[in-house]
Amino acid sequence: MTHTIVLMPGDGIGPEVTDATVRIVESTGLKVSWKTHLAGQLAVDAGLGTMPAATLDAIRTHRIALKGPITTPVGKGFTSVNVGLRKALDLYVSLRPVNSLAGVVTRHTDVNLVVFRENTEGLYAGREHEVVPGVVEALKIITEGASRRIAKYAFEYARWRGRRKVTVVHKADVMKRSDGLFLSACNTIAQDYPFIVCEEMSIDRCAMELVLDPTRFDVLLMENLYGDILSDLCAGLVGGLGVVPGANIGDTSAVFEAVHGSAPDIAGHNKANPTALLLSAVMMLRHIGELVAARRIEVAVERVLSAGQVRTGDLGGRSSTTEYTQAIIDALPDAKEIRV
Amino acid sequence: MSIPRVTLVPGDLIGRDLAPFVVELVAAAGGAIEWELQEAGAETGEGPVPAACIESIRRNGLALKGPVQSPVGEGYESPSVTLRKALGLFAGIRHIRNLDGLASRYQGVDLVVLRENTEDVYAGLEHEVHPGVVESIKVVTRAATERIAHFAFQYARAQGRKRVAIVHKANIMKKADGLFLSAAREVSLAYPEIETRDVIVDNACMQLVQRPHQFEVLVCGNLYGDILSDLAAGLVGGISAVWGVDRSETVDVFDAIHGKVPHLMGKDVANPLPMLLPAIALLERVGQHEAGQRLQNAVTSVLRAGVVRTVDLGGRARTSEMAAAIRDAMR
Repeated sequence: MTHTIVLMPGDGIGPEVTDATVRIVESTGLKVSWKTHLAGQLAVDAGLGTMPAATLDAIRTHRIALKGPITTPVGKGFTSVNVGLRKALDLYVSLRPVNSLAGVVTRHTDVNLVVFRENTEGLYAGREHEVVPGVVEALKIITEGASRRIAKYAFEYARWRGRRKVTVVHKADVMKRSDGLFLSACNTIAQDYPFIVCEEMSIDRCAMELVLDPTRFDVLLMENLYGDILSDLCAGLVGGLGVVPGANIGDTSAVFEAVHGSAPDIAGHNKANPTALLLSAVMMLRHIGELVAARRIEVAVERVLSAGQVRTGDLGGRSSTTEYTQAIIDALPDAKEIRV
Repeated sequence: MSIPRVTLVPGDLIGRDLAPFVVELVAAAGGAIEWELQEAGAETGEGPVPAACIESIRRNGLALKGPVQSPVGEGYESPSVTLRKALGLFAGIRHIRNLDGLASRYQGVDLVVLRENTEDVYAGLEHEVHPGVVESIKVVTRAATERIAHFAFQYARAQGRKRVAIVHKANIMKKADGLFLSAAREVSLAYPEIETRDVIVDNACMQLVQRPHQFEVLVCGNLYGDILSDLAAGLVGGISAVWGVDRSETVDVFDAIHGKVPHLMGKDVANPLPMLLPAIALLERVGQHEAGQRLQNAVTSVLRAGVVRTVDLGGRARTSEMAAAIRDAMR
């Protein structure tokens, strides 16, 4: 069958890493009908605002999207592309798998964890005002409904992916009500999954444990701000935003994305590293059930990076985007070698 | 020389086990301190932080404190928060340095995390708006931000540090963190010799785990400071390498940053360093450098020898055995 996938190449290095990813995905033999749409700066330039209705409609229709780095223009009245997508499509799950990559040397090895971040509330609702001059308050909103919803998703994910432990991250010893509600909602959901260990940990302690020994973690589950902070911390453990994939997922649609910036300084020079977007595409293929193709690409990336001959400048190599892309295509294992 | 009087608050957790060893080792090092013992914790029957405890710290201006329980999701205010409010301990200070003899993935780290201690989401302002809907209020004021910012730049200046990073999330919380960032930026203008940058909190965490050496002083709001100070402690070995100081104009509280480990209590197995390190810093603070140095050297030699270590440090020694080894190393 042919998959229909909405493609938002983005700006800066976006088109290059998107081209690379599309080439590699198609080299697996999958049939994909890509529907390319605008967002961010390019959409603004075209007079359509940051998040054109046509783009949102396409995602609603086709339900799966792959998104390159997108710049939200600075200035009044432009909502961030990511916020726009999350709100319009109710993408309440932010999912960030973090894995040590063979050949990408960092201080930490064998990292294999997943960060789940609640995407819709917490301190990100934009509810803030100046009470009197020099005194500002911002509201952190936690609801039982949203907390249960993200917890349910995380535990379901853990169950289907054979993960054994979920760590609920909070600060409920200080924010007894808001974080207390999040924690109790997660504990309620956890009761339906007696075969998965559920532990709790305060956010500060978790940050310390992550740098001391990230291998003790499996699935991490938390509200919006903590998730924002810890997902980037975790990315740092394995080499940074250039090598970690991400996804924002709702009940009806899912957007897979590279979370790094658009690096305008090297745009158009055929130097960009497409790994983050490519691994996001791997997540996407798993999400739509193409497990063999997903694994084939993953193996090819591992082969190329661990061989170390062909790598882009950000990983200490001298290869171009095109050379790296071709190396991955050449390294794709046969489908019959793959067990999923 | 007059003998300084210091309030000793073992707390209701692991500090109970560790405090006696700390007192003994400080004395063995030649430290002259008159300890004034004060209880804290729900079991006191006078609230988690009794008035007598607060009064003692206020009077002495110095305290050494172990962790105190704070129930999750219910009950009384966090005792640390209570203490900070009652004593006006507006600045949380964490020196992050490798401890000689303690292995770590990161070497040569030397930075300071400074945390605004009085506001943000720690003010305890929260309520249930509707069943299943809770709001907590994050408060940021210009006055408190300017105070911690001045503190940070003066701290940097006094220590001969050249760079201060302001940590924020003003791209999302444009007003609250926007105020923190702009107020701290304005304060920075009074310290032209110090290089100021600002860094978004999530990026700060990523940078800390990838390239911690780029930082000298980080100044943060309460929540970010809480997270970053523990993250940074993790870089150099965690609770065995790092202690905390909460400071007001007139009071210094030296804090063990030990977590809750009820399963270790009363068994003579906990690592004594988390409470010994702040005691060493306290000796330095009261000008007893010789005693502080002697104790520090003893800790280093025991760690370097690597024979007598508690379980969390990869050994099999008991608390009493490791304390004895440190004492013996001072002979």
